[in-house]
Amino acid sequence: MIGLVRAELTKFRSVRGWLVGCGIAVVLMVLLAVVAAAGTDARVGGPGARAELPRASDGTPVLDGFTFLQQPLAGDGTLTVRVASLTGVALRPPTPDEPVPTEREEATPEPWAKAGLIIKDGTTPGSPYAAVMVTGSHGVRLQHDFIHDLAGPADARWLRLVRRGGTVTAYASTDGAAWTTVGSAPLATGEMSAGIFVATPPHQEYEQFVGGTSVVGGGAIATGTFDNLTGPGGDWTMVDVGADDSPNRPEGTSTRTGDTFVLRGGGDIAPVDGGTGPKLEQTLSGGFLALTVLAVLGVLFVTTEYRRGMVRTTFAATPSRVRVLAAKSVVLGGVTFAVGLVAATAALLVGTAIRGDNAYPADALTQVRIVVGTAALIAVATVLALAIGTILRRGAGAVAAVVVLITLPYILSAAAVLPAATADWVLRITPAAAFAVQQTVPEWPQVDQAYTPAFGFFPLPAWGGFAVLCAWTALALAIAAALLRRRDA
Amino acid sequence: MEATIEVNGLRKAYGSTVALDGMTFTVTPGRVTAFVGPNGAGKSTTMRVVLGLDRVDAGTALVGGRPYRSLRTPLRHVGALLDASALHPARSGRDHLLWQAHSQGLPGQRVDEVLTLTGLADVGRRRAGGYSLGMRQRLGVAGALLGDPPVLMLDEPFNGLDPEGIRWMRGFLRALAAEGRAVLVSSHLMSELQDTAGHLVVVGRGKVVADTSVADLIAAASSDRVTLRTTARTEAMTALARVGATVAVTERDTLTVDGLPADRVVTVLSEAGVPFSEIAAHRATLEEAYMELTRDAVEFRATEVAR
Repeated sequence: MIGLVRAELTKFRSVRGWLVGCGIAVVLMVLLAVVAAAGTDARVGGPGARAELPRASDGTPVLDGFTFLQQPLAGDGTLTVRVASLTGVALRPPTPDEPVPTEREEATPEPWAKAGLIIKDGTTPGSPYAAVMVTGSHGVRLQHDFIHDLAGPADARWLRLVRRGGTVTAYASTDGAAWTTVGSAPLATGEMSAGIFVATPPHQEYEQFVGGTSVVGGGAIATGTFDNLTGPGGDWTMVDVGADDSPNRPEGTSTRTGDTFVLRGGGDIAPVDGGTGPKLEQTLSGGFLALTVLAVLGVLFVTTEYRRGMVRTTFAATPSRVRVLAAKSVVLGGVTFAVGLVAATAALLVGTAIRGDNAYPADALTQVRIVVGTAALIAVATVLALAIGTILRRGAGAVAAVVVLITLPYILSAAAVLPAATADWVLRITPAAAFAVQQTVPEWPQVDQAYTPAFGFFPLPAWGGFAVLCAWTALALAIAAALLRRRDA
Repeated sequence: MEATIEVNGLRKAYGSTVALDGMTFTVTPGRVTAFVGPNGAGKSTTMRVVLGLDRVDAGTALVGGRPYRSLRTPLRHVGALLDASALHPARSGRDHLLWQAHSQGLPGQRVDEVLTLTGLADVGRRRAGGYSLGMRQRLGVAGALLGDPPVLMLDEPFNGLDPEGIRWMRGFLRALAAEGRAVLVSSHLMSELQDTAGHLVVVGRGKVVADTSVADLIAAASSDRVTLRTTARTEAMTALARVGATVAVTERDTLTVDGLPADRVVTVLSEAGVPFSEIAAHRATLEEAYMELTRDAVEFRATEVAR
């Protein structure tokens, strides 16, 4: 088998055009990284500037703005409240004639509108907290450190937070008598702010259809009505945490009528979605080009042998044709993995160097994953191309098949040509699903946004998408092997 | 390993077209066996079957008593040249041999040896796409010799060779056979194998038409034809016709007599008192003998093509 691999390696390296093809793949990938990085340059300081946002403990950029009625909490303590109601209004987008948006006649809150209890280390945006809340349509939740979200009962209206040492435990109840535990969260000891809050993400409607996309959105205001409030004691003071002048962030207000408190405002306590801003994987957006070039090589690696009749020399030298197919796969996979690794590493480094770290953050492990994943994606896709070339024996047909199976589904989905639902399915069932290895932005269950391929979100996780490609490749190799055994050479 | 090729009862059909129809013959070591027949007679198909490339509907093909596909490093047992143009034009001749050597676990040094042996040492590092057909044939022979195999099988190795190349190839094949190898060489031009082949397997329409030594074949094709030079043409014709011979006039003083051995012709003419100046048993060329044999087996006759 070693001799066979050496034989196939000799075949590959002795055709200069194929080596040139490998070089072209690297150049294309770096070139697209430069284009992608230069394209995002215009956004520095704009909405893409993530550096100014507060961060969660793991570095995720977050939103931290809400209407907060609070008392100081020195040590252990308990807070209880009943959320009598949570309603919302969506704001019309501001126009030049109407700089202050008017309210639309809608009383349903955003699904992730929040009203509840919170203990927070001061009122600076980004500080640690633990909160239990009623939401617009996701029931009771316990959230802390922006990125952690735990579901509680769906219909409870009574909330309780108990702070003991470094732990905060949340309870919920439908009647204020029988309590169930929602969960607990770690929170440092020392004096903090504790009280009730209201927040709501802006309203967004996203639609993607053949020929275009439509985005409708605007600010929103949530109104929470609270009673039966008990806290650590002291004066209730209102803080508009993280307030800014944005028209989508109306001023927070708080009114008290007897024991009933009404809090009103916008903002959100949640991770920033990574979909719309610059993403690290954009430096690897040339991956599909490199893949296509190398997949053509993969096809030619076998179909030229058929075209020239050289395949008879090959099979006369090695009567076990399946072993030949295996050796070709090993050589092609190995060579293109190395080429892909060089290309992806160079693209990431060049792209990052040009753009700086103005992207949704990705830790070192994620960076390694997208680079190695891209190389593996290219390598396995090239072996798939080899198998298709073996099955069809014709270069043109096999190249067309590879483009239709891998490149087109990816481009049509990622470039928002296909409707979002179709794109989602295309990226589940075609080998292009493996481009999921490039996704860096996480999907947050507690954040509503367009989690579609056009925004860099794949329907399958990285390993799942890669597995789809591997399954296609295994199937194609099995068919190719069966045909090789049966056919005359 | 025994240096033989044994082909037994090969049958193969492509749809309704019968390619092999009970092909049976044996190639023995120490001589060049010519594998001749018209185009489409099944020569190349048989060779592909021997090499395990094509399947058959029935029959067996063994090399040194074993099926080719059971050989681990087959190029060490059988060297074959099927199609000299079957190479990647961008690859150098040396690399074309090198990958084959690697596949058999042979060292790269062996590649340089066979390049020298076939006179390609100077052009080995050039792109094979630039090779003439003659150079490609030599490269193909070099590939067949890589594993120093006891059995060689060459399909139309004379194609595209210039006269010097043909002479070289003949000598080369004779030398390989003289080393004790079994050498099977196919050709559709019998004349190329004159003075080279010791044995002859003639095929037509997918089966063996004749399996004979070259000496026997020529003797058989030459028998009972006598050329006679005489001034008494009419008397000679009368005397010979009376005993059943067929006589034809070829020139003014020359007759061709069919159906009577030379010694009988002499007796008949002597008894009849007919004078003659020269009598010669006709000796057929290998090509004439071959044409005689395949007259019925030629797949596409000129008349059919013309129709």
